[in-house]
Amino acid sequence: MTPAMTEIDLGPVVAIPPGEGRTIEAQGRKIAVFHTRAGGVFAVQAECPHRGGPLADGLVGGTTLICPLHSWKFDLATGAALFGDCGLKTYPVRVDETGRIFLTIDNS
Amino acid sequence: MQTKQKLVVIGNGMAGARTVEEILARGGGDMFDITMFGDEPTGNYNRILLSNVLNGSYKEDEIYLNSLSWYKEKNITLLSGTRAAGLLPRAKLVYAENGDAEPYDKLIIATGSRPFIPLMEGTTMPDNSFKPGVFVFRTLDDCREIAEYAKGKKSAAVLGGGLLGLEAARGLQNFGLEVNVVHLGGHLMQAQLDPAAGAILRSSMEKLGVKVHLSKNTRGILGADRVTGLRFADGSDLECDMVVISAGIQPNWEIAAGCGLTVERGIVVDDQMRCIDSRDIYAVGECAQHRGRTYGLVAPLWEQAKVLADHITGRNTRAAYHGSKVATKLKVMGVEVASMGICEPEYPEDEVIQFSDPKRGSYKKLIIREGRLVGGMLLGDISKAAYLMQSFDRNTPLPEERLGLLFDLGDPPKQVTFEEMSATTQVCNCNGVSKGTLVACVNSGMRTAKAVMDATRAGMGCGSCKAMVGEIVEWACGGKIEEDPSVHYYVPGIPLTKPELIRAIRERNLKSVSAVFDYMAGGKEDAASKPGLASLLKVVWKGEYEEETDARFINERVHANIQKDGTFSVVPQMPGGVTSVQQLRQIAYVAEKYRVPLVKLTGGQRIDLLGIRKEDLPKVWEDLGMPSGFAYGKSYRTCKSCVGADFCRFGLGDSMLLASKIENEFQGFDSPHKMKLATAGCPRNCSEAMVKDVGAVAVEGGKWEIYIGGAAGSSIRKGDILCVVDTHEDVLKYMGRFIQYYRENAKYLERTHGFVQRLGIDKIRAVVMEDSEGIAERLDREIAESKAAYKDPWKEAYSIPANNQFATLLPVLS
Repeated sequence: MTPAMTEIDLGPVVAIPPGEGRTIEAQGRKIAVFHTRAGGVFAVQAECPHRGGPLADGLVGGTTLICPLHSWKFDLATGAALFGDCGLKTYPVRVDETGRIFLTIDNS
Repeated sequence: MQTKQKLVVIGNGMAGARTVEEILARGGGDMFDITMFGDEPTGNYNRILLSNVLNGSYKEDEIYLNSLSWYKEKNITLLSGTRAAGLLPRAKLVYAENGDAEPYDKLIIATGSRPFIPLMEGTTMPDNSFKPGVFVFRTLDDCREIAEYAKGKKSAAVLGGGLLGLEAARGLQNFGLEVNVVHLGGHLMQAQLDPAAGAILRSSMEKLGVKVHLSKNTRGILGADRVTGLRFADGSDLECDMVVISAGIQPNWEIAAGCGLTVERGIVVDDQMRCIDSRDIYAVGECAQHRGRTYGLVAPLWEQAKVLADHITGRNTRAAYHGSKVATKLKVMGVEVASMGICEPEYPEDEVIQFSDPKRGSYKKLIIREGRLVGGMLLGDISKAAYLMQSFDRNTPLPEERLGLLFDLGDPPKQVTFEEMSATTQVCNCNGVSKGTLVACVNSGMRTAKAVMDATRAGMGCGSCKAMVGEIVEWACGGKIEEDPSVHYYVPGIPLTKPELIRAIRERNLKSVSAVFDYMAGGKEDAASKPGLASLLKVVWKGEYEEETDARFINERVHANIQKDGTFSVVPQMPGGVTSVQQLRQIAYVAEKYRVPLVKLTGGQRIDLLGIRKEDLPKVWEDLGMPSGFAYGKSYRTCKSCVGADFCRFGLGDSMLLASKIENEFQGFDSPHKMKLATAGCPRNCSEAMVKDVGAVAVEGGKWEIYIGGAAGSSIRKGDILCVVDTHEDVLKYMGRFIQYYRENAKYLERTHGFVQRLGIDKIRAVVMEDSEGIAERLDREIAESKAAYKDPWKEAYSIPANNQFATLLPVLS
């Protein structure tokens, strides 16, 4: 049985400056949403698996994210750890034709 | 499909196996079918450690470099226990003792060497085998036989007081034997030591119970059916139950000579390690003679193996071996010895630096020619060996301060060598990285310090262990260290040094970080490079710099220092640590209003409000009504001071006023790393100005000393005096010049102490005080422009209509 999915409107992509991230809260979960300079939008868990650093405050280059606390590195597209021993949970996102971000979250 | 060439290697010792490894590392596995002849019935082992097997500190299986399974894995046919008997270069065949023939396209001769046996009566039995009790010391089999025979014996003699002989002596002593070293020459280890050092080594060894007989020419070995003693040319005898002959080595060139290849002392090779008579035959290691020299140490062999592999695989057909500089470090019976190059001066102009302390077993001697090290030896205390051997190997100019070459002056001495350091020793105390972890990275194939640091984060916390991490990687790599060119780049993502980068930025008028990536890296962003670029662009363009907040580390985005829980700390400006009743009231009000969890004095004489939520930052700043103290940035931080002349009965100068002038001059300046300053009203230095990035200390006569490059954090260093001046204005002027020179020339995240040490105080003094580069006026102008472009980021943040930079959560519409 597939879990029920909900799609949530996160507002306009321009609310996130290019190259930065912001934290949102949905379904009781904190999620970091990033808007890369190349125009991509990605969503991952908000806290670093290492020591809980706020990933939305990290540095982004391409799709590489660096946590601000101890510089663990992740790939935003896959969630894979590039430095560190644990990856990130990713969430599907899309930007519609009006430039709004929609995040899909499972209800489980 | 292209068929593979057939590569045959004669010899499976350290030279043969290492060369094959180097070839495989260059993709040789796809080019060659490899067959190796190995005399011994085993895989390849580290012959250097044989004496450790003999003395029991290593087990046999611990010294294997490549087990038999390694050959299988790499698809190498190992003919172990098979001796190559001959060679037919025209037919391109190697044939074995059993008559089998092995064809080759390329051939490598790595037959090594064998012990040299001087002519003595009674060495052998009538059947030409050694007399029982006579041994050489070259293979694992020799080790086993010596150990077996030594059981129940009383005394042994080692013929030869060279390096190998002394190692054999050490091994024999562990069997409880009385050990004699018999040496033809006048002092021990003649190849590495001079007579004075040899004498000290001799007395150290005799203290440990080894008897040393010098200038003894051994005529014969006594005993009818087994060894009972030695007879010398002077007619005297020495009783002993066994003899280990260690009188030097002799290259194994017979197989080459037998087929007409040129042989002198070894098989003669060119700079590509090819035999001079055949394009398809190479020789490497102890059997090879290059430019008239043969080598018996392992480091030259590694260099030869690399060149050979580059050439044979076509990876670099211009690779050339130019000969090796021989340096060695070892422990002889508990005595540490390091030696390099020549033992005695050769020209009248050669400079000799010498220290001798025979009673404590310490001896140091360096031979310097035209400012460079050409030879030397250290005995006993070899703490300077790593540095000296590197200077020798790289032929780098030596510092004028000769005493520092022999002794560590001022710096804490290195406690242990890397060999002795246990694998669990923590090297990087910030990120908890042990020596073992670093070595494991090297063993897994990493060859640059940067690769190891990237993988482990070692050296990437406070940075104070960076040099040691580099040294350990170099040590673990042996001769295989490679330099990552990116260490010279200002930031890893743009392949340019800082001056090149500044030039490119100016020429192309690049004013934002994204523009730099677009024009200089094909649009490819590198996250870790962004803050360094932002900092540099601000220094270059000042007010014209186009800020892109995503290029900044979070601290500089929100002008506060991120804490472990994601909250921030707020430190308002407080020049010289001077505050007022009004300020204290305001700070108290804010602390209460925002329920600040911790209020603390900082090391920079300021007040820190910790635990502020990001969204409260602009309101906190507005309520404080004080400018930012920049306690978060890679920038000018603050200038602390002592009470100075106002109240202090020792005060010579007005340090508080100077501190506030300094703060007003440099506040908010971006720089390669943080800059912490101080002023002191007298040389008692209460405000610690002498250990600051930049400091000013008042001295009698109304003068100020300016110190630069001090540190009292993860590294500790007293600053160098840049100059002594008369007025506050001159203090600001020369501090400013130095600061701007540092901003333009230091690597990103290089503190002033590293920068000053790298360039040297003389060079900096010349630029700043004597204008040796003709840039002083420009530096002054840049400082003035940077000052003019200063804006208080806190005031900007609360007076400009809010963006969502300070929101921790975005509102969500669902």
